Amino acid sequence: MGAREVVLRLEGITKRFGKLTANDDIGFALHRGEVLALLGENGAGKTTLMNILFGHYTADSGTVEVFGQPLPPGAPGAALAAGVGMVHQHFTLAGNMTVLENILLGTRPLFGMGLGRGAARARVEQLSRDFGLAVHPDAKVKTLSVGERQRVEILKALYRDARILILDEPTAVLTPQESDALFETLKKAVAQGLSIIFISHKLHEVTAVSDRVIVLRHGRVVGEVATDQTDRHRIAEMMVGAEVALPHPPLGRAGTALMELRDVSTPPEGNRTGLRRVTLSLKAGQITGLAGVSGNGQGALADLVSGLIAPDSGELRVAGQTVARWSPRAALAAGVGRIPEDRHATGSIADFTLTENAVLEGYARPPFSRAGWMDWTRARAHAEDIIEKYDVRCPGPEARIRLLSGGNMQKLILGRALEAGPKIILANQPVRGLDIGALTYVQECLIAARDAGAAVLLISEDLDEIRALSDVIHVMSEGRLSPEFPRGSKTPAELGQWMAGQGFADAA
Amino acid sequence: MEIFDILVSASFWAAVLRIASPLIFATMGELICERAGVLNLGIEGIMVFGAFAGWMAVYAGLGLWPGVLVAFASGALFGLAHATLTVPFGLSQHVVGLGVTLLATSSAYYAYRLALPEVTSPPRIEPFQPLDIPVLSDIPFLGEALFSQTALTYLAFATVLIVALVLYRTPLGLALRAAGENPSAVEAQGLSVTAIRMGAVMVGSGMMAVGGAFLTMSAFSSFFFEMVNGRGWICIALVVFGAWMPGKALLGALLFAGFDALQIRMQQTPLGADIPYQVFLMVPYVLSILALVAMSRRAEVPAALMVPYNRGER
Repeated sequence: MGAREVVLRLEGITKRFGKLTANDDIGFALHRGEVLALLGENGAGKTTLMNILFGHYTADSGTVEVFGQPLPPGAPGAALAAGVGMVHQHFTLAGNMTVLENILLGTRPLFGMGLGRGAARARVEQLSRDFGLAVHPDAKVKTLSVGERQRVEILKALYRDARILILDEPTAVLTPQESDALFETLKKAVAQGLSIIFISHKLHEVTAVSDRVIVLRHGRVVGEVATDQTDRHRIAEMMVGAEVALPHPPLGRAGTALMELRDVSTPPEGNRTGLRRVTLSLKAGQITGLAGVSGNGQGALADLVSGLIAPDSGELRVAGQTVARWSPRAALAAGVGRIPEDRHATGSIADFTLTENAVLEGYARPPFSRAGWMDWTRARAHAEDIIEKYDVRCPGPEARIRLLSGGNMQKLILGRALEAGPKIILANQPVRGLDIGALTYVQECLIAARDAGAAVLLISEDLDEIRALSDVIHVMSEGRLSPEFPRGSKTPAELGQWMAGQGFADAA
Repeated sequence: MEIFDILVSASFWAAVLRIASPLIFATMGELICERAGVLNLGIEGIMVFGAFAGWMAVYAGLGLWPGVLVAFASGALFGLAHATLTVPFGLSQHVVGLGVTLLATSSAYYAYRLALPEVTSPPRIEPFQPLDIPVLSDIPFLGEALFSQTALTYLAFATVLIVALVLYRTPLGLALRAAGENPSAVEAQGLSVTAIRMGAVMVGSGMMAVGGAFLTMSAFSSFFFEMVNGRGWICIALVVFGAWMPGKALLGALLFAGFDALQIRMQQTPLGADIPYQVFLMVPYVLSILALVAMSRRAEVPAALMVPYNRGER
């Protein structure tokens, strides 16, 4: 191992954002033909480090060497020229241009004539075949699926003869099949002598794909280990700094039904499935798990519970009373706490501060406002409470929430929902994209809320999570809801059949 | 039918091309800015200053074409001011744009008074003359309708072609469009968003100034206060009308010019005696608003228009 050529070396990289030290004296080396996994919790500094390496950020101190040559800081152009290609977590593609145009961008002298599309198209098609990256060169990027867009990003790097490929959480947005295809591509790339840095926090992928693992915690390298000499358990321990305990909560004591749906239907909206005669009872002190392949009506059910849509037909009862007018305001008044599926789009306002985001739901009521005037002192104190109690790592309550990593944003949203003392908690994909530390914490909070008497509706695509946490389980398929199954009464295979639509009375 | 008589007269079509010319220059200039992600509301003032600068240069003894260059350069300078404030400093493009319009307009008026303190009516220059094109100008009707224009009008139409070619057929155009759609794509490919946006705003502003200079150097032969008269604002609307595409924007400019030429002629018909002339003056604007609503429904706005780009921000 040690004898192999070093293609990339980082030394003493330090980067601060205000009071937050995102990278603290980080150093490591990447060898030719190696897949190096960079692991760490959200906010551990992985993305920051890669952005420094690629020149998007300038480090406060430290050096980057590529193929023995120092890389000038803050110059993506120099990184590209040195053979470093990066696939960003948030894609850097222009949606109104074609795949080919996106790949060609910046590859030719700016004031040259013509684009040489013909030759470029042939080369892109060749690369597509060689690396198994099927995508049509003349398709507009905005018409592509997420998986296809990622292939374009990889093609961009390969087209520029990248020898080092950095992938920032590449599987976070992919389906399992797309992930497998990506791993095949990576194998082909390594076979051709490329070196890869693979950022992730999904342990099974890391162990499957990488040769070596480097673990970051709080901006520091805390561990480095050859993948074949370790196991997931030990890597997980390194990431969070302690033994990971998967939750085995005892069953909750179910109380009265706080929210009931009887034969509720909602119309489909665009591509989204509506509800078809759904009957559901959310009981106090119970976690109701909702399993299913996404897009089978979970979105409509979540919107219904949170008041964004009202039943088209059927009956909605809250605390035993039939609800006539159902709205987000009514849902809040009824004690529904919401952890939305998309924390960026519907859970927070990026350019608002943590304080403002912390009172987004309660701002119109005392103590945060009185007689129409905001009480910012109370609001800030509330935000500080959440930050402390839920361990939100941030520069402070006046920082814009945009600055936070996904996990810390989720903790603030969780705190906002739980601190309001909700009777009914809608947790829609609450741990998606979270690392082990934040994930365990969020799950523990939900169990604690249940034990305190709340009715929890947990929506997740992760069947293991549903089976571990839920007291009762429903399965959704094409807008229909299965009967209630007590925890442990169905095997994953049986639940899978329900997910595929078998067993429903009106089977299509 | 007076309208029919107007529409079949060659002089009407010649007027359409003439009225459209300044709009075409300025619309192409605005389109370049917006395609790169910068809304340039300095357009109205930059057109005023371009009208003044080109005319003054010729009055001071320069040739007509050097005068056009002076106008372009003056516009590019205001563009530099606009771009410096909006691109690296990321200030509000609305506020900066309106500021540039006020500054450029008043600078032009002030410079006019400084240069010509005594005059009561502005001196005239010898403007661009209609250019005879061999063969084409001799075609009956079409020759008079389309090919009896000044060189600047032909240049206006050529500009549309050049802008379209650059935008869609060159690496520069690719980078420019990407800067207006997703600047991080430009950055990730090793190019400077700042340089591309600033360059686009400067060149675009130069073209707006040439649009203004058309008024003093081709359409009329002197500089009057208020002569730009809202044409810059029309061009902002024409960019939207054209869905940020050069060809469609040209169509919009011709359409507006057509309405304008028509209303002038309608005023002289018997109908014009019965209806106040202000109603006719209003017509092009009303029709343009309607056309705008109809055309821009499905328009694709450059996704990063008016979004400042800060490197290294999370």
